[in-house]
Amino acid sequence: MNDRFFRLLCGLASLVIPLLLVLLVARLTFDSLPAWNAFGLSFLWTSDWNPVLDRYGAAGAVCGTLITTAIAVVVAVPIALLTACLLVGAPKWLERPLSEAIDLLAAIPSVIYGIWGLYVLAPVMQSFVIPFLRETLGLAHLPFCDVGSGGFGIFTAGLVLAIMILPYISSVARDVFYLTPPLLREAAFGIGCTRYETLRFIILRHGFRGLLGGVFIGLGRALGETMAVLFVIGNIAKIPDSLFGSGTSIASTLAVNFAESDGLLRATLFALAFVLFALAATVQLFAWYCMKPNRS
Amino acid sequence: MKRRGLILRKVQQKIFDAACLAAVTLSVALMFWIIATLFRHGFAVINWELLTEPSKPYGIPHQGIANALLGTVLITSVATLLAVPLGLAGGIYLAEYDRHSTLADLVRLSANVLMGIPSIVIGLFVYAVWVVPTGHFSGWAGSIALAIIMVPIILRTTEDMLLLVPDTMRESALALGISRWRTTLSVVCRSCRSGLVTGVLLAFARICGETAPLLFTALWSHSWPSAFFSTPVANMPVLITEYMTASPFEEQQKIGWAAATVMLAIILILNITLRTVFHRKRAL
Repeated sequence: MNDRFFRLLCGLASLVIPLLLVLLVARLTFDSLPAWNAFGLSFLWTSDWNPVLDRYGAAGAVCGTLITTAIAVVVAVPIALLTACLLVGAPKWLERPLSEAIDLLAAIPSVIYGIWGLYVLAPVMQSFVIPFLRETLGLAHLPFCDVGSGGFGIFTAGLVLAIMILPYISSVARDVFYLTPPLLREAAFGIGCTRYETLRFIILRHGFRGLLGGVFIGLGRALGETMAVLFVIGNIAKIPDSLFGSGTSIASTLAVNFAESDGLLRATLFALAFVLFALAATVQLFAWYCMKPNRS
Repeated sequence: MKRRGLILRKVQQKIFDAACLAAVTLSVALMFWIIATLFRHGFAVINWELLTEPSKPYGIPHQGIANALLGTVLITSVATLLAVPLGLAGGIYLAEYDRHSTLADLVRLSANVLMGIPSIVIGLFVYAVWVVPTGHFSGWAGSIALAIIMVPIILRTTEDMLLLVPDTMRESALALGISRWRTTLSVVCRSCRSGLVTGVLLAFARICGETAPLLFTALWSHSWPSAFFSTPVANMPVLITEYMTASPFEEQQKIGWAAATVMLAIILILNITLRTVFHRKRAL
């Protein structure tokens, strides 16, 4: 009797999670209905943001989110993979503290990345990196690269996100590398492969899906991050006209506008949250699909 | 694979080694850069008064962060109390009673999706289902939001930990005539106790610094947390946000740096202790 009761209790507890998810989707849908009714699906690709006329579009925020995430992934993935490669090859006394250091980087709260970005990275960008890009590399002549003068904007936000997701990707990559059967690695060494070749042709191929899963996890983090982006992105509701210009992301739009919103604006913000939820859930499903075989 | 000269391959290997070394140096340097920045700005400001006085509107002397510290402790502890029983029980169900059914897969999948949901969306959700119906911001609402973030993390670590316990343990306990639920609690859970505790504490360390969900739930106030269930409750992450970005006064920015340093120090100490005591290497 006790046994059945305990089992039931545990079963109910585990059901709480799918239930929460259903409730969350239902609530976001319900609260965003006025916005979908008012703007229809074209909400997704119009970029108006006019509180006076009550006309809103999601395109600016969605573009900002996607571009910052893309920058973060492009910057973070190579660094994270190289880091993981070194960790796998390193002797124990070196590997242990380095792994710990990278895990600590993952433990730093995002608001601290945010203020670091605001007070340290943005000034550095403004006085060193942006002038270098503009004058030395002459980026200003390329399309979408019109280098502004300030240190704030899409690019800086992407960099902060890259630093933030770096430890996540490298710790998944490290675990995936460890999962390669030693026999495969030794066989590669046996036919005369260098360590680089073993990594490139054996380990990387063997663990490709797991790595992809790790990248998706990092991508999911970057997609919904609020505080790290909020302080440095500039918060201007429009489609960014250059990589270095100001913009906004879905999460920071929510954080900035939600407190003082009502009526249609509030419904619009819920609609934005719904879009963000859909993006994040898709990314998670991909990650889950990629990492599934490694779990059993 | 194409045939290539040995020298070329050796050079390739050297270049690759150098790139790896550069990447690791960069990651570790970034960590030290961030921590050093905080300590450089914040350490000088920290003193006894700051840690014992509550925060006050700008201009009043004897500023502090004590109310935010207390508020954060309250909000996160209540969140932990809410999340731990649910997460543990759910994890036990998945690992002990129902490993392979469709239902279990559904629970796992939704836990993964829930883990990946941006925390600000969870804040918005709790605002809609709790703050709006009750009519006021409260520390309790903040706890609910943080608990929702915590439950799936605890559930997944619990399941992983329990699966590491060999089946022979379960079988020997059952063979002695101990009932199933007793076996689960007193034998299986007990043998991986340290793993379970680490999982819970790491989840705790993770929510300590969560800011976005508290913006719409616990909000922020200058007073001591006197009514946890019905008034906004001061907390560290929102204090840092308010003081560092919304305040034009250097005095308050200094307090913001100090608060950030205190928060980072607590989280780092928690993490380092856990990792050295329990010898676990995984993040999350």
